[in-house]
Amino acid sequence: MSLSNAIRERDVAQLPSKRDEDWRWTDLRGLLRTLPEPSDPLDVSSTGPFDLIADVTHLVANGSGAAPIEVAPGQTSRIGLRFIASGVGSHAATTRITVGADARLVILETYESNAGSVSQTSISISLGEGASVERIVLCEDDDEAISVSLAEVALGARSSFHQTLVSSGARRQRLETRVLHPGAKAELRLDGVYLISAKRHGDQTSVVTHAGPDGVTTQLTKGVVQDQARGIFQGKIVVEEGADRTDARMGHHALILSDRAEVDAKPELEIYADDVACAHGNTVGALDENAMFYARQRGMSQMQAQALLTEAFIGEVVERIGDEAAREVIQAWVTERLRT
Amino acid sequence: MLSVSNLRAAVDGKEILKGLSLDVPAGEVHAVMGPNGAGKSTLSYVLTGRSGYDVTGGAAQLDGEDLLALSPDERAARGLFLSFQYPLEIPGVPALTFIRTALNAQRRARGEPEISAPDFLKLARAKSADLKIDFEMLKRALNVGFSGGEKKRMEILQMSMFSPRFLILDETDSGLDIDALRIVADGVNAMRSPERAMLVITHYQRLLDYIKPDRVHVLAGGRIVASGGPELAQDLEANGYERYEQAA
Repeated sequence: MSLSNAIRERDVAQLPSKRDEDWRWTDLRGLLRTLPEPSDPLDVSSTGPFDLIADVTHLVANGSGAAPIEVAPGQTSRIGLRFIASGVGSHAATTRITVGADARLVILETYESNAGSVSQTSISISLGEGASVERIVLCEDDDEAISVSLAEVALGARSSFHQTLVSSGARRQRLETRVLHPGAKAELRLDGVYLISAKRHGDQTSVVTHAGPDGVTTQLTKGVVQDQARGIFQGKIVVEEGADRTDARMGHHALILSDRAEVDAKPELEIYADDVACAHGNTVGALDENAMFYARQRGMSQMQAQALLTEAFIGEVVERIGDEAAREVIQAWVTERLRT
Repeated sequence: MLSVSNLRAAVDGKEILKGLSLDVPAGEVHAVMGPNGAGKSTLSYVLTGRSGYDVTGGAAQLDGEDLLALSPDERAARGLFLSFQYPLEIPGVPALTFIRTALNAQRRARGEPEISAPDFLKLARAKSADLKIDFEMLKRALNVGFSGGEKKRMEILQMSMFSPRFLILDETDSGLDIDALRIVADGVNAMRSPERAMLVITHYQRLLDYIKPDRVHVLAGGRIVASGGPELAQDLEANGYERYEQAA
């Protein structure tokens, strides 16, 4: 079942539903009685959050305009990739990014919607030997939008892929990453931040498959939910038979700031190799009362103390972003979100 | 300055303070001494408004204003400062950021302009030099990985930067070696002034060799059971709390 097929064929029966194990918390079949009309063509005049720091920006507007992106071996590039949805139609887009051997690429990707659209984006990213990619994804979806993105990543030997997802939810929002990890000294980092408020729903799901020996994966996701928001983290790392000396670590930590907010977390390690170092940690809780009282005794209001402590909590992930200019954009976005 | 009368407070429904009365006039330093479990830390938390410490009777006023009606941050803005027995570690927040956020929050609450970044740094440099704190340390996350002595010095640093009117020191000597104790005590003594008062809460008399109190009170069984001059602390050191515990 997939949203892209459902959109293309305008057939709700093909929507992912709670019967699909990894969609059980983001049940689109149960949500949608019908699929909206196809989205109208769109001319984009707005600017995106990364426009100033990207060498070139690719626009995909209401599902149109996607073109393959190729970075030649040994080249360095910094591209913006904006997926823009306007109006209340439905659309799907597919794009492909190919990174040659020893090339370096920074992907500055955004999802921007302004109403109750239904959109699905599929990206496949392949890295040649020794290539290095940092993907930073900022999702700013509308309260009413249904926004789903799937990235399928194939790593080359000795390549490195670092990803940071930053999301604030939507009516339903899902960012899924699937990585085929060959081992072979390739290094993967999958990070995420979610800050979800009101009645929004944000889902970050990943599956990493270690298919060969000597691979490294580290994953750190941190989230903050408040009001009646719902945050979802599903992280799965599979270490196949023979993928020896795999080093995989996963952490997910969330703060729940109100009684009616919810976090659903499912960290999974499936290990079929013998000689591996794997660990996962998962915590969900409230802000530390002792630290809150300490900050308030020093003069901060409840709101200020909460903003300072949550920003520090999220900061651990933001600080890991390698690209300095992108890190500043994300830092400013987080600060703005937490203080208002 | 601080006036506490017949204060009663409970934690989890269990009464800890059972009619505590205490007056600390401006310009004076008073010590509250008592055995473990007497209610010393409860007193400091009730005065600063920690949730979970329920006031069930009595009154506490600072310069005639009802403290108990105010939130913890409102009390801080009015000049009440508690030096914690166990200062909290605040991961991800540089000490300078924490202190500046708190200082400006207090100033805004009092209707004063915020301190400018250069003025703040100048103040922080001067005060940290007084307390022999390496300024670079203030760029690190507050108290994270700091030694016990360093944490207490960070408390005194914040105290001297906020310039509070009423200071509560809760077991400030715990975890300090003699050298650190002397630096901390010098910092506290430098704050003594006719417009300011202090409550020094301690189990041991040792701290009072360095911070000389004007009055000493014995807290046992949730009440002040004896008060006297500095000689009372010597007497407690020599004879212990036992007779007061029996009296309570």
